[in-house]
Amino acid sequence: MRPFVALLRKELRSYFGSPLVYLVAAAFLAYTGYYFHSDLVYFLTFGFGVNIMENFWQLLFMDVRLVLIFAVPLLTMRLFAEERRLGTLELLLTYPLRDGAVVAAKLGACLVVIAALLAATLVYPAWVYHLQPFALTPLAAAYAGLFLLAAACAAYGVFVSSLTDSQVLAGFLTSMPLLLLWLLSWNEAAIGLSTLPLLRAVSLFNHFQPFAVGVIDLRDVFYFAWAVGVFVWATLRVLEARQWRAGR
Amino acid sequence: MSFAVARGEVAALLGPNGSGKSTVMRMVTGYFSPTAGTVRVAGVDVGADPLGARRRLGYLPEQVTLYPDLTVRRYLSFVAGVRGLRGGRARRAVDEALARCHLGEVADRLTGKLSKGYRQRVGLAQALLGDPEVLVLDEPTVGLDPVQTVELRELIRGLVDRTVLLSTHVLSEASQLCTRVVILARGRLVAEDTTGGLVRRLAELTRLTVRVEGPADAVERTLAALPGVVGVERTGAETPGEAAFVVLAPDPRPVQRRLAAAMVAGGWPLLELRASPPALEDLFVRLVAAAGGG
Repeated sequence: MRPFVALLRKELRSYFGSPLVYLVAAAFLAYTGYYFHSDLVYFLTFGFGVNIMENFWQLLFMDVRLVLIFAVPLLTMRLFAEERRLGTLELLLTYPLRDGAVVAAKLGACLVVIAALLAATLVYPAWVYHLQPFALTPLAAAYAGLFLLAAACAAYGVFVSSLTDSQVLAGFLTSMPLLLLWLLSWNEAAIGLSTLPLLRAVSLFNHFQPFAVGVIDLRDVFYFAWAVGVFVWATLRVLEARQWRAGR
Repeated sequence: MSFAVARGEVAALLGPNGSGKSTVMRMVTGYFSPTAGTVRVAGVDVGADPLGARRRLGYLPEQVTLYPDLTVRRYLSFVAGVRGLRGGRARRAVDEALARCHLGEVADRLTGKLSKGYRQRVGLAQALLGDPEVLVLDEPTVGLDPVQTVELRELIRGLVDRTVLLSTHVLSEASQLCTRVVILARGRLVAEDTTGGLVRRLAELTRLTVRVEGPADAVERTLAALPGVVGVERTGAETPGEAAFVVLAPDPRPVQRRLAAAMVAGGWPLLELRASPPALEDLFVRLVAAAGGG
């Protein structure tokens, strides 16, 4: 446990010691703030101020999703790619530390940052609540969903980062498929009606939809947990394959 | 290949670049797993109990790579933590490693801003953390200037009571630091001996420096074919049209005679033919040549 904590702390220190995380946080809060404002205006003009979960929070969380697609790759791209580029991975993997602990510490640190970003957006509901109290439980469900969605994206990002020593490439290859999944989630029927059920089943974002209206379906929770597990497993296989990749 | 390093012994893994030294070391550290065979570190099978083996081992990779955004002290504290040390013990271990590797004055500098010599020392300091029984040092002095090299060798020589396996392609380093030498060429073990044993084997050879006016390839073939010659190495010629070689022979007299005759027969003017005691490098060349490498 102790080695894991040491690595987790080092990862957190790298995050908060670099300007990138603050830029990402600033952009994240600016965009979510913008969405908060515009969705609130929409709610008041077209939603007539009724059914706040469906007519306001749902819209906002669907939009925050998109901001996450851009934020998460920026947070994960460094994790393994930089260690590869610097060459520090070799030494790290010869310490008395399981590969699993290395992946867990890196993903864990990233999730801490994501949780902090999401926690910062609590200002918006707090402000609304201050003006007009509303039911908080559905909102908590939505936040849990956002976090799970971000965790699945982050696990995918960690996996991609383990494949390359270029952070830019890792970031690109993380954000592009996520963007594609997002596009599919609002017009999946365009692909063809026969593949629709399959697309719905695998799409990350469709599994988020129930959370956005305050419903926690265990199947969706399992889906995200499964996605995290698959990518952690795949990352471990990549780390294991180091001797065939060393190529010298 | 099979070799063992006894407890408390300092052994060198010696070989030309690309002979497989780093690969062997990476197998010892558990970074690579062998396709066949076993590696034991302080009696612990690396394949069966990788964590147990890694706990007993400190490793200095060939390219010392540090996290540039951490200070030396913070980096070493991180390594101490990863090696399972906590609180006061970790702090003491870090202070000890800093003092031992003379890193006191750069302790609060970022590792990314250090000179190569200091980085190498930080690499050694991290390998020493947690007091591992076995140290694996991959080319510890490569790329250092002469002063830094001497300093680092002093540090390594000061590591008593530890089993050390270090790799190098510099023979003088092996003979200065190590009690035993394992020589590799093209991924195979070609010789294993004590440093003293190597010197004895060397005493049986004479080194002939040869300089000839003629085509280098043809001359080399002729030299290698002479009876009594055990090794030929081409050295840099100073003037174009000239070829220079080092020829190794156990019994120099008859070889010198045959060599002079062969050069005359080939129509190549012999510019120099000088016998001298061999250097350790010569034996190395010979062993590697005998293994078909080099």
